[in-house]
Amino acid sequence: MCRRAITLLVFFACFGLPSMAMAVAPDLGPSPPATQAQIAVLQQSIRDAQTSGDNAWVLISAALVLLMTAPGLTLFYGGLVRRKNILGTMMQSFAMMGLITVLWALVGYSLAFGAGNGFIGGFEHVFLRGVSLAPNPNYGGTIPEQTFMVYQMMFAIITPALITGAFAERVRFSSMAVFLSFWSLLVYCPMAHMIWGVGGMLNIAGGRWPVFDFAGGTVVHITSGVAALVCALYLGKRAGYPQQDMPPHSLVLSFMGAGLLWFGWFGFNAGSALNAGPLATSAFINTQFAAAAGAIGWVIAEWLQNGKPTALGAISGAVAGLATITQASGFVQPMSALLIGLIAGVVCSLMVFKVKKFFGYDDSLDAFGVHGVGGTMGALLTGLFASGAINAVFGKDASGHPNPAGAIDGNWHQVGNQAVGMGIGWSMAILGTLALLFVVDKTMGLRVSAADETAGLDLSQHNEEGYDLNS
Amino acid sequence: MLKIEAVIQPAKLDAVKEALIEAGIEGMTILEARGHGRQKGHTEFYRGREYTIDLLPKVKIELIVNDDLKDKAVQAILAAARTGHIGDGKIFISPVEEAIRIRNDERGETAI
Repeated sequence: MCRRAITLLVFFACFGLPSMAMAVAPDLGPSPPATQAQIAVLQQSIRDAQTSGDNAWVLISAALVLLMTAPGLTLFYGGLVRRKNILGTMMQSFAMMGLITVLWALVGYSLAFGAGNGFIGGFEHVFLRGVSLAPNPNYGGTIPEQTFMVYQMMFAIITPALITGAFAERVRFSSMAVFLSFWSLLVYCPMAHMIWGVGGMLNIAGGRWPVFDFAGGTVVHITSGVAALVCALYLGKRAGYPQQDMPPHSLVLSFMGAGLLWFGWFGFNAGSALNAGPLATSAFINTQFAAAAGAIGWVIAEWLQNGKPTALGAISGAVAGLATITQASGFVQPMSALLIGLIAGVVCSLMVFKVKKFFGYDDSLDAFGVHGVGGTMGALLTGLFASGAINAVFGKDASGHPNPAGAIDGNWHQVGNQAVGMGIGWSMAILGTLALLFVVDKTMGLRVSAADETAGLDLSQHNEEGYDLNS
Repeated sequence: MLKIEAVIQPAKLDAVKEALIEAGIEGMTILEARGHGRQKGHTEFYRGREYTIDLLPKVKIELIVNDDLKDKAVQAILAAARTGHIGDGKIFISPVEEAIRIRNDERGETAI
């Protein structure tokens, strides 16, 4: 009895109410058509809602990328040096947070993302002139341009900070600060402009050689990694290297740093979608997959070679996987990311174990072995594995299928484009770094004195000690 | 009076301390030390590079005892600190000329 009543009620609700509504509608007269003004208001509120979502994600991502420099990189590098150099090492990265922020605001953003020419941006945005809270259609059309500016600033900060791993424990603080400030303007800004800047010759949208670099494999990791190699060669080895033992003084610190780097890298890669849409998800997943596979690859390689899986190997492999997937993160399928990470872990470990030993250079914290090699591999592997189904970067054909992106789609030409980008990245890094090192060395002197090196950077450069065991 | 110095594995400190107290030793000084004997350290790997760590962490125990407690003390340390592996440490015994309690200038065996 009761059930029948409910059934009747549902039936009425489903069919009766709409017909009643239809029946009474004519009594109200035809509803007035929405005016142009009303449509515009609706469209604007849709845009505002999207801006809120996208802006939230990109602002958080910006903070995540800054977290990679300090405390991520400062702890990672700080733990790897000897005890007497921890503050000096941390200060080198932290100094970039101060210096590059100011430089970026004054002129760096303009040189990277101003119109300019195919090689470098112009001066129209110096002092952030014309960089407003309105979106710029060229740079993430749904977020305020100032969000884009501050997000990119974090990349400009971490790139020179990565280089400091190469000349750890032996460089003068003042010379380092001057060298890396000019390096940012001379190497980083042009490279960022060529690949990401409007009108850049390697830009995906209309560049002469469209290079896929989702989050900065070439812009960040190749430039910093190759510059690191040049620095290691130019400065020479640390006093006593390699006869004297220089083991890391606290892998516990390095562990915390590596964990924060991994965490921050989600902002680095997934934030590079510049919106909170599905592409960010794709980059997020690829980041996780490559980091995991990188750690596994490195650990297996060293387990086979040295007989033990090491903690330092696991975290180094994760960072290698992350550096290598950076360029590919918004272009490849998840399974490709696993493979790219695995390759990164194995190859970077061999670079660090074998190649560095063979040539005998003192890339103290393996900035080149991890970031330079990872970035270079990432550039080429992106050309191989880029999938139009993930990122229809070259648009879609008439039937709605994405045009081929990388070699895996049949577009082998892209591997060539990636190689051009990589070659330009290497050349810029080698030439710019050499020129700047030469000038700074001749005017200020790059290395600390032998006595200061023995005393450690903490005392000789900063009059402080990281660990005061007497207090 | 004798000074007994024992260099032992850090992990054996608690066992040795308890054994000594049980043997009637009332005071001791513990020093965290680093060193090696015939053990000659071990190797560590960091990013594929081999490091030889030859000075290993050790604990040094210093006791000043009356001559009659010598054997009991040595037995206590031997029993508690021995694992039978290389690196177990060593015991050194030497004569002590005088002992002075700072608080009241007490001298000799009663000052121990």
